[in-house]
Amino acid sequence: MRRGETLLGLLGAAALVAAALLAPWLKFILTVALAKGIAVIGILLLLRAGQVSFGHALYVAMGAYTVAFLAPAMPDAAVLLPAGAAIATLTGLLIGLFVSRYREIFFGMLNLALSMVVYSLLEKLYDLTKGTDGIRVELPRFFGMALDRPGFEWAMFATALVLALGAGAFARLYLDSPMGQALSAIKTRETRLEFMGISARRVLLAAYVISALLGGVAGAIIGMTTRHVTPLLAYWTASGELVFIAILGGAGSVLGPFLGAVTFELVRIYAGAAVADAWQMILGGVLLAVILFAPGGLWGMIAGLLRRRAGAAS
Amino acid sequence: MTALLEARGLHLAFGGVRAADGIDLDVLRGEFLAIIGPNGAGKTTFINMTTGYLRPQAGSIAYEGEAITGLNPRAIVRRGIARSFQLPQLFTEHTVEQNVALALAARDGAWSPLAPLLRMRWRDEARATLDRFGLLDLAGARADALNEGARKLADIAMAVALKPRLLLMDEPTSGVAASEKMAIVETLLRVLRDADVTAVFVEHDMDVVERFADRVAVWSQGRIVALGPPAEVLADPAVQREVIGIERHA
Repeated sequence: MRRGETLLGLLGAAALVAAALLAPWLKFILTVALAKGIAVIGILLLLRAGQVSFGHALYVAMGAYTVAFLAPAMPDAAVLLPAGAAIATLTGLLIGLFVSRYREIFFGMLNLALSMVVYSLLEKLYDLTKGTDGIRVELPRFFGMALDRPGFEWAMFATALVLALGAGAFARLYLDSPMGQALSAIKTRETRLEFMGISARRVLLAAYVISALLGGVAGAIIGMTTRHVTPLLAYWTASGELVFIAILGGAGSVLGPFLGAVTFELVRIYAGAAVADAWQMILGGVLLAVILFAPGGLWGMIAGLLRRRAGAAS
Repeated sequence: MTALLEARGLHLAFGGVRAADGIDLDVLRGEFLAIIGPNGAGKTTFINMTTGYLRPQAGSIAYEGEAITGLNPRAIVRRGIARSFQLPQLFTEHTVEQNVALALAARDGAWSPLAPLLRMRWRDEARATLDRFGLLDLAGARADALNEGARKLADIAMAVALKPRLLLMDEPTSGVAASEKMAIVETLLRVLRDADVTAVFVEHDMDVVERFADRVAVWSQGRIVALGPPAEVLADPAVQREVIGIERHA
C-alpha cells in the first residue's frame, strides 16, 4: 500500500497540473486547496494521537499575517514563506507547551479558545491589523524574480504542489518512525508509554509543533495567493473547516488531506455557483454522507477499491 | 545475596485505607520474590510506589543504593526497573512486533523522526525477544487479537525489551487458563534467568509460588506479615488461615 500511496500521490499531482493547464482559473483554487491540505496534514498527526484541535486556523492566520506584515519590507516569497512558517512554529511551541498537558475535549476546546483570542486581537487592533478590512498584500517577487500576476500564480501553484508532496512524504516517514508510532500509542495506552521511559507529553508536543509549522506554511501560501489577509482566517469556522477536510479526506493516509481539500474547494465553488445560499448545506450533506457511508473518508473508499481490485487480480 | 532494592518504612493511605503501613523489604539480587495476600492488601500499591506511579507519604526506596523515592516512572525505568500490568497494557492498534519494537526504540532513546520503527535492527531484536517468549508466530497479529495468555506474555516481553535489572510483575497469571498457567510461568522465568533479571511478582496461585519463587512475602492490610522461603511461609498456620484460606474461598 505504501508504494501504491506514493504512486497515487504522484498521479494526483500530475492530474492537478493537467487540470491547472486545461483550466487556468482552477490554479488559484487548487493552490488554496493544496495549502489547506498541508495544514490538514498537521491535523492528521494530532488525530493519530486521538486529539482533535478546533483551533488550528490560528497557525494558518499566523503564517498569512506574517506575510502581510513583512511583505512591504521584504517582498519576496523566498523570505515570506519561511518567515510565516517560523512565526507559526514559534507560536505553536509556546502554545503547545501548555496544551500538550491536556487531552480530548480539553485539548480541543483550549485550542479553540486560544484561536478565538487571536481572532479577537486581529479584529480589534485596527491600527495594526486594519481589523475586519484586512491587509492587502502587494504582489511579491519570487526568489528575486519580478513576475506578472499569472506568472506569480503559477509559481505559487508549483510551490504549493512541491511543498504538499514534501509534507506528505515527511508525514509518511514520521508516522512510520518511533515518534509517529508513539503518537498513536498515546491514543491507546498513554500510561504504558511513561513506563517505557517515553514522555507522552513530549511526543504530542513534537507533533503539535510540526502541525503549527505546516499551518504556517499553509497560511503563508494562502496569504500570497489570495493577497488579502483578514481575521476570518483565524475564526473558529476556519478551524472547523480543517477538521472537516480531515474527516472528508480520511485520516488513514497522508493523501487523505489533499483529497479532502481539493474536493472541499471544488464542491464549495460549484455548490456556491449553483445554489449561492445553500452551499454550506451541500457541504454538510457531503460530510454526512461520508460519515454514514464511508467512515474512512475518501481515502478509505479508494483504498477499499484498490484492495478489492488487488484481491480480484490474485 | 545483596539487596538490589531496599524499601524502608513506606506509608501510603487513601483516605482511611492504609495501602502501605510501614513496609520494609529488601529485594535480593537475582531472586524471584513472590508477593501474596488478599485483595486490597496493598500489593499493587507497592509496585506502583516502586515504579513511580504513586509517591509514598513517608519512607524511602533505594535501588542499587540510590534513592528513587518520588521519581517519575520515566526516570525510574531509565535506572533499570520495569513493570508489567495486571491488565496487559498493549498498544492495541499496533502489531505485537511493533509493540516490542517500540519498547526497544524507547530503550535506545532513538527518536529520529525519520527512521522507521521496524528498521532491521529493532525488527530483528523484537522478533528474537518474541521468539524467547514463544510468541514469534503472533508477531504480525494485532495486539487486540491475542488471547489472555499471549497478551500477558506480550506485556511482559515489552517490559523485558527495556533490558531491566529488576522487573515487577502484577499478577502475571491472572485471567490465564489453568492449563496454560504453569507453562507461561516456566517460559517467563526461563527468559528472566537467561537475561539475569531479578523479579518481583504478585501471585494468587500458591502452586505457582511454591514451585517458582525463591522467597515469598505475605501482605495483609498494608503490612508484610511473613517473609521467607515458600515451603516455610506457606506452611505457617497463621498464613494459611488468614491469607491462603481467604484466597481459597474468595
